[in-house]
Amino acid sequence: MLGLGADRLRADMNRLLAFLFHQGILDEQYLQLQQLQDESSPNFVSEVVNIYFHESEKLLRNLRSLLMDREFSDYKKMGIHLNQFMGSSSSIGAKRVRNVCVAFRAASEQNNRAGCLRALELLEHEYCFLKNKLHELFQIEQQRVLAVGVRYPMQN
Amino acid sequence: MATAAAVLPSGSQELHVLAVDDSHVDRKVIEKLLKISSCKVTAVESGTRALQYLGLDGGKGSLGFNDLKVNLIMTDYSMPGMTGYELLKKIKQSSAFREIPVVIMSSENILTRIDRCLEEGAEEFLVKPVKLSDVKRLKDFIMRGETEENGGSRVNKRKLEDDGHPPLSSSSLSSSSSSASAPSSPSSPLSPPPSTSTVAPFACDLGTTELPTSPLHSSKRSKFCNSD
Repeated sequence: MLGLGADRLRADMNRLLAFLFHQGILDEQYLQLQQLQDESSPNFVSEVVNIYFHESEKLLRNLRSLLMDREFSDYKKMGIHLNQFMGSSSSIGAKRVRNVCVAFRAASEQNNRAGCLRALELLEHEYCFLKNKLHELFQIEQQRVLAVGVRYPMQN
Repeated sequence: MATAAAVLPSGSQELHVLAVDDSHVDRKVIEKLLKISSCKVTAVESGTRALQYLGLDGGKGSLGFNDLKVNLIMTDYSMPGMTGYELLKKIKQSSAFREIPVVIMSSENILTRIDRCLEEGAEEFLVKPVKLSDVKRLKDFIMRGETEENGGSRVNKRKLEDDGHPPLSSSSLSSSSSSASAPSSPSSPLSPPPSTSTVAPFACDLGTTELPTSPLHSSKRSKFCNSD
């Protein structure tokens, strides 16, 4: 039967999602995004996530170049970038990334440059991890769609 | 990202919402939330653009006909240039647009911020991320207001009071705000219907539609509920 490969892939996807939830990497907002995906916007989640990647990488570059500047002192500007990053992260359910932003912002409010640098390292790490996992998720989903071959109507 | 609203067929009940947010991610999400709730959406990226669209900047604006009327404005609070608060003030100062309900969205539930917005005339203050249930509630409220005479009492409702417990997203927000001891309006039209308030926050918004079905899903779901 055509369905077997698709079922296994769906199980893989669920396992990965469960892992991401359990580790606090994603929260229920991600599921809300999935709920919004429908026939009229079948790629909604990946579109939103791609916009998020795009925005995030710009913000990370800005943060890094701010901190790398020897004469850096514009903590307020850093705070603005962080607020944006926090906002978009919570909008897609990127809980851990968002939490690192919160800690980062605390260091920034204390004008603690060393703390900010540490937070930035952690933020870049968490973001990369998230990005890899989301790519994995989308890959499995793509394979599953191919394995199914035919789109079954939603049952329920 | 402003989209021109189509001319409505006569008798149509579709709400036209003007969404203002500098975040591309948030614009896309709010747009989808509104479209799924059968609303027409015009999404703009700044307060300045919003005023331009409404024609409040001295120009003609894009609203030419009555059926392109904006029924609700949803704006982010923290935006570069003009904040959502400043946009709110400008709208409330305008005789043409002050009756349009304005909802402020923010990823932080800072009490002074909430108070300030409500005092300035915001209909509601939503803590992000905005959910489908928020939009549905807003829509119901606006539709009721559009079809019947407004009772007159403004609903100053804080999102935290919604379901009797704070939304999960606000619990992880910064500690800069104390837990809101805000007066709630039990008789407010914005109160969610009882059926949604008793469901656990995690399951609440997912109650109506499930993830793509598979026999494996029901057992996996309880796992999600237990995590965290």
